[in-house]
Amino acid sequence: MTRAGGWLLAAAALTLPLWLSSAYHLHVAIMAGIFGVLALSLNLLLGFTGQLSLGHAAFFGIGAYTSALLTLKGAWSFWAALAAAVALAGAAGWLVGRLSLKLRGAYFVLVTISFAGVISLVSVNWIELTNGPLGLPGVPAPELFGWSLRSKTAYYYLVLAAIALSYLVCARLVKSRIGRAFVALRENEPLAESVGVDVTHYLVLAAVVSAGMAGLGGSLYAHYTRFVSPEVFLFTYTVTMVVMVVAGGKGTLAGPLVGAVLFTVLPEALRAAASWQWQMLAYGVLLVLLVFFLPRGIVPAVQALRGRDAS
Amino acid sequence: MTLAVRDLAVRFGGVTALEAVTFDVRPGSITSVIGPNGAGKTTAFNVITGYLRPAGGRITYEGVPLTGLRPSAIARRGIVRTFQRTSVFPALSVEDNVLTGLHLRGTAGFLEVLAGRRRLAAEESGLVMDAAAILEFVGLAHRRREMARALPYGEQRLVELAIALAARPRVLLLDEPGAGMTGAEKAVVSGLIRKIREQGVTVLLVEHDMRMVMGISDTVIALNGGRVIAEGAPAAIQAHPDVIRAYLGAPRGPA
Repeated sequence: MTRAGGWLLAAAALTLPLWLSSAYHLHVAIMAGIFGVLALSLNLLLGFTGQLSLGHAAFFGIGAYTSALLTLKGAWSFWAALAAAVALAGAAGWLVGRLSLKLRGAYFVLVTISFAGVISLVSVNWIELTNGPLGLPGVPAPELFGWSLRSKTAYYYLVLAAIALSYLVCARLVKSRIGRAFVALRENEPLAESVGVDVTHYLVLAAVVSAGMAGLGGSLYAHYTRFVSPEVFLFTYTVTMVVMVVAGGKGTLAGPLVGAVLFTVLPEALRAAASWQWQMLAYGVLLVLLVFFLPRGIVPAVQALRGRDAS
Repeated sequence: MTLAVRDLAVRFGGVTALEAVTFDVRPGSITSVIGPNGAGKTTAFNVITGYLRPAGGRITYEGVPLTGLRPSAIARRGIVRTFQRTSVFPALSVEDNVLTGLHLRGTAGFLEVLAGRRRLAAEESGLVMDAAAILEFVGLAHRRREMARALPYGEQRLVELAIALAARPRVLLLDEPGAGMTGAEKAVVSGLIRKIREQGVTVLLVEHDMRMVMGISDTVIALNGGRVIAEGAPAAIQAHPDVIRAYLGAPRGPA
């Protein structure tokens, strides 16, 4: 069932632009995809190592700015800029990981928040580089072998490829001894140390991969909206990622993607259905209900149901 | 080949937890550390395994100093411990608990994992077989798929032992392996400890159950108030006046 379901899902994702008639729907799908990459990235830290990064928008923003600046001012190709965005965001992840060497729980959260605050201030105040609050307009659309990926359909496939890559990275890591070391850190850190798991090393590794992936999402976002401003560092982006991961099921591979789709589509659907005040209320109520009835997230709940059926 | 502890001192604020503690753990032996509550037994364990920095003194294994190393680095040198309070990976299956313990036996690096090298699949299945053998050894093969936290207390302690064994210890430090267990469970644990020693592993244990200690130990070290008050064969320790005084208090002297 899982394997067949996976193929069916892949087929649906690959043919989605054929089913979606309007550009608006495709836009929602692209945003869901970009957030899918971000949620996968956050889940690597929050779901597997158990450390909550509340500054994840910083890595996203670093990716967006790196990619935008290199293509705008450095005239780099999109692909090279994308790679640099991943690398620089990953380096920022390394820094945060090293800074919070021995810090866990609330202290780790504080380091990540502070880091995001500092980076955000830099983006606003380093006007010569970032153009300050005015932002950077005219970020070029990506090209592939001379073809512009300007169209929404083309961009959709680019994002889909990024999701597939991110998912593959997460899946391979999680199912290896490296993933077990991540989880050991979440489950029982002293015990992990006692059997030779160098916990700090693995926390830094998870932070680097997670931040790099968020940088990938940032680059995709910059070249899609074609505009980058300090708004990319907004706390709401981080909160949205956390909601997606927690609602979908942290510590599962599919959970963040389910969460990303749900919490990108839902606000859009609500926008069509109700006035602004009711949208926020409905969003809030749904979130509370989810946390109340599916505290471990949607994917674990479905897995539990299936397990019960099987037995 | 010895684990050597020399002049170990630990202080918590003004309180002396260990003072001038010196002992050797002979390779291949079962050595027990006993003493009343607060004697410094677990503190000694924490220092040996790198969870606590001593204020003074040295610990060497095979002549190589361990003092100042991180717990994971000490584990890499073959010195592995268990904890006084049950310590497992609660939300993982029993098998995954042991697989995590096998961390050092795996070799897969980051890039190799990302590349999905075929060699890794073989390594993984080898690790799963190792885990199965260890679970067989401690008698938990039938619990393989269950979540660790769902197991009864006694079996969780066995999971803990299995995790430690997975790390392939040369010296195994067991902190009260029999605590809270029934007599029958303790007998099982004693049997396992003997078997572990037969495989060439040196065992150092902290234990309160005197029957268990006297039954399996080659050497007993008695601590009191952070100092070694006696060291020797079980029978000698049982008869040692200082040890008796430490446990029962000083006999009332002439008024």
